Amino acid sequence: MKVILPFFLVIAIVFFIYGGIKFYDAHIILGIIIPYVCFAVAIVGFVARVIKWAISPVPFNITTVCGQQKSLPFIRHSFIESPASRTGVFIRMLFETLFFRSLSRNDRAELYGNERRLIYGRDRYLWLASILFHWSLLIIVLRHLRFFLEPVPHWILFLQDLDSLFQSHLTPFYISNVLISMGILYLFFRRFKKRNYYISLPSDYFILFLIGGIIISGILLRHIYRADLYSVKVFLYGLIYLNPVPFGGFGVMFYIHFCLICILLAYLPYSKLMHMAGVFLSPTRNIRNDSRARRHINPWNYPVKVHSYEEWEKEFKDALKEAGIPQEGGNG
Amino acid sequence: MDKPDEIKKTLNIDRPEGDWMESKVEFKKGTYCYGAPLKHQQYLGLPHQREWQPHDPDWKLPENWKEIIIEGMKGILKKNRALKLFMDICVRCGACADKCHFFIGSGDPKNMPVVRAELLRSVYRRYFTLQGRLFRRLAGARDLTVDVLKEWFYYFYQCTECRRCSVYCPYGIDTCEITMAARELLNLVGCNIQWIVEPASNCYRTGNHLGVPPHAFKETLGFALDEIRDITGINIEAPINKKGAEVLFVAPSADYFASPHWYTLLGYLMLFHEIGLDYTWSAYASEGGNFGLFHSTELAKRLNAKIYEEAKRLKVKWILGGECGHMWRVIHQYMDTMNGPADFLEVPVSPITGTRFEHARSTKMIHIAEFTADLIQNNKLNLDKSRNDKWIITFHDSCNPARSMGLLEEPRFIIKNTCNHFYEMPENTIREKTFCCGSGAGLGADENLEMRLKGGMPRAMAVKYVKEKYGVNMLACMCAIDKAALPAVLDYWVSGVEVCGVHELVGNALVMKGEKKRETNLRGEPLE
Repeated sequence: MKVILPFFLVIAIVFFIYGGIKFYDAHIILGIIIPYVCFAVAIVGFVARVIKWAISPVPFNITTVCGQQKSLPFIRHSFIESPASRTGVFIRMLFETLFFRSLSRNDRAELYGNERRLIYGRDRYLWLASILFHWSLLIIVLRHLRFFLEPVPHWILFLQDLDSLFQSHLTPFYISNVLISMGILYLFFRRFKKRNYYISLPSDYFILFLIGGIIISGILLRHIYRADLYSVKVFLYGLIYLNPVPFGGFGVMFYIHFCLICILLAYLPYSKLMHMAGVFLSPTRNIRNDSRARRHINPWNYPVKVHSYEEWEKEFKDALKEAGIPQEGGNG
Repeated sequence: MDKPDEIKKTLNIDRPEGDWMESKVEFKKGTYCYGAPLKHQQYLGLPHQREWQPHDPDWKLPENWKEIIIEGMKGILKKNRALKLFMDICVRCGACADKCHFFIGSGDPKNMPVVRAELLRSVYRRYFTLQGRLFRRLAGARDLTVDVLKEWFYYFYQCTECRRCSVYCPYGIDTCEITMAARELLNLVGCNIQWIVEPASNCYRTGNHLGVPPHAFKETLGFALDEIRDITGINIEAPINKKGAEVLFVAPSADYFASPHWYTLLGYLMLFHEIGLDYTWSAYASEGGNFGLFHSTELAKRLNAKIYEEAKRLKVKWILGGECGHMWRVIHQYMDTMNGPADFLEVPVSPITGTRFEHARSTKMIHIAEFTADLIQNNKLNLDKSRNDKWIITFHDSCNPARSMGLLEEPRFIIKNTCNHFYEMPENTIREKTFCCGSGAGLGADENLEMRLKGGMPRAMAVKYVKEKYGVNMLACMCAIDKAALPAVLDYWVSGVEVCGVHELVGNALVMKGEKKRETNLRGEPLE
């Protein structure tokens, strides 16, 4: 149920786009209205979500410390895993966001053999697949900038050459396409392992199908159902400069690829994909471990009822006297 | 409860069955904690007071309990970015799943940190997100029902807030924050447990969790001094509420009332005497631990306030803290924020070595392991390691000092300087990856022993490994709950490994001026 439903939802979306173009020539809806609406929803949703997070207070310093604190001079402190300085936090966040440091720690608990010994094996596949997926995605997004920029900057052309390993024929395949497919296939199939299936929601599969659809249509668009690059660029330029131009020269596959991306963008602010922004704001990672050296301020700190020393002394006066423990008013 | 091998045989951590959104929780004896007694709810002035038990079919909830919870949730979401963020960004990658000691030990799939969080998240989605309101179950949203509330109670009092999962989470999602929020919500409708509320109420009244009144406090310290005299032949003093002392010393109350904590207490007292520290205990702030933390931030603050108040009244210069776990979470990450600034104190300076503890310059409180490590490094202590020779030692990092503080090397430095035989447990189970004893965050009760033993299993298995490999027979640790819980856990899973505090080892090794020849260690066992 939680797999089939999102699968058919994505299939239905694809058919909707296909039918729209094939039978109704719905260029205005699919080529103008959907992109503008989706883009607006994405921007507004994304910004609103990030602002909501950013303005909510962080009442306490709750760093998750993953290394030796900075304390005594003869004990080497872990600069990155227990950062006491801004630079340390910066590097920690860099490692976290670029190399998925925490995920790379992953291990797997296992009850092994007849004795059922509890052992921990290394488990870096999730990390590897995530690295493949996210880095390929970044390269692919950067490559796509060539549709939006004129003249195409040299570094994008270089990236393109690099990504295709300088193959010389007309439509070289991109390494990033291969890697992202491998990454997402792993991420997809691991969701069927019993334990991961148990924790997954329909939306987890929906996103995988949606991104899968985008990758497949993108590859098809490049290698089989080719669209005229010039007219694509004219089309996208028109959209960007709020001056949509008439279409032509590209088939239904382009619309499928394009509209799926629009839908992904619109869905993004309301989905778990917001982790892309959230990770930067995570208070367990982006605060220094210096809470005894520098007072962390809680903006809503309020006075509370305490049992004061005076009340306590009054209650235990006799006991204190009997035990000869000094009191404020003397022990007389 | 079954034998360890039987439990391991049937343990299933790979293939959970069913659907977490549907199943109903069953309160099976041995797995949950009892409700808080009315008397203590009243003393603390907690919301919706009543006598109740989790296994009662009717929880006697207030009529508008649902609104109370949802309003409460709204409040926390507004006041704490962590919760809001952690509700929104989890991708359910499952990296945290097998990092939880309760999941590994019990195989109960709802103990996977991700699912524990989903229990709360599903309600968040239902009432606070568009997709949850529209698509309900399909968007992973659930209505808040009595069954859901009961499930919260069961699983959020089956999390020790140890933060191990947070180390592995690619976004740093901290189940501790989620559990704390859930417990605050449960508390709003009067669902809390005896093992938390009673110590908190005791602490509020008498100054310590055990409810020891001042004269008994003095008496028990007196017993310790007598024991030290018997062992070393030296007369020692332990000043209480002494005005104008340089240092206020605060330890968890278990140190002066439970075993094997007791021997750590002897270690402190001997050390302070030997270096001639001008210090005082306080009978008013006679508790370092803070069970308020396991209840609500407000109660944590109410209990914690005593430490600064007492330091101010006694006009000490700075504060020294004993071996404890969550106490140090509060002191390191909360105290200054809650009850500071401590501008009436001075930056801690060791009167013996002159070392200025800059890293505590704002909070003005240092950990005794930091203090002692500095003494050893500066050659201020005469230590005879051979007095600890009967023990082959391993060190258990306690969750909070490890993952909330980074106090990793100081205790190891002390152990290596007081003992000849020290072996580490496997890498995946120590330092920031350390496993909880299974009894933290207020879950150390008797009635949930079965669950506690299961939760302690991963820790115990690592101990078993070093026992078999190196002959380890002593586990050193620096947390009062560890010292209370691990003897039973190790006895059940491993047997033949005892538990001690780091300052017990210091006390044993410390060669004191004018002492008689030691015949026994601090436990009264003959030295070889």
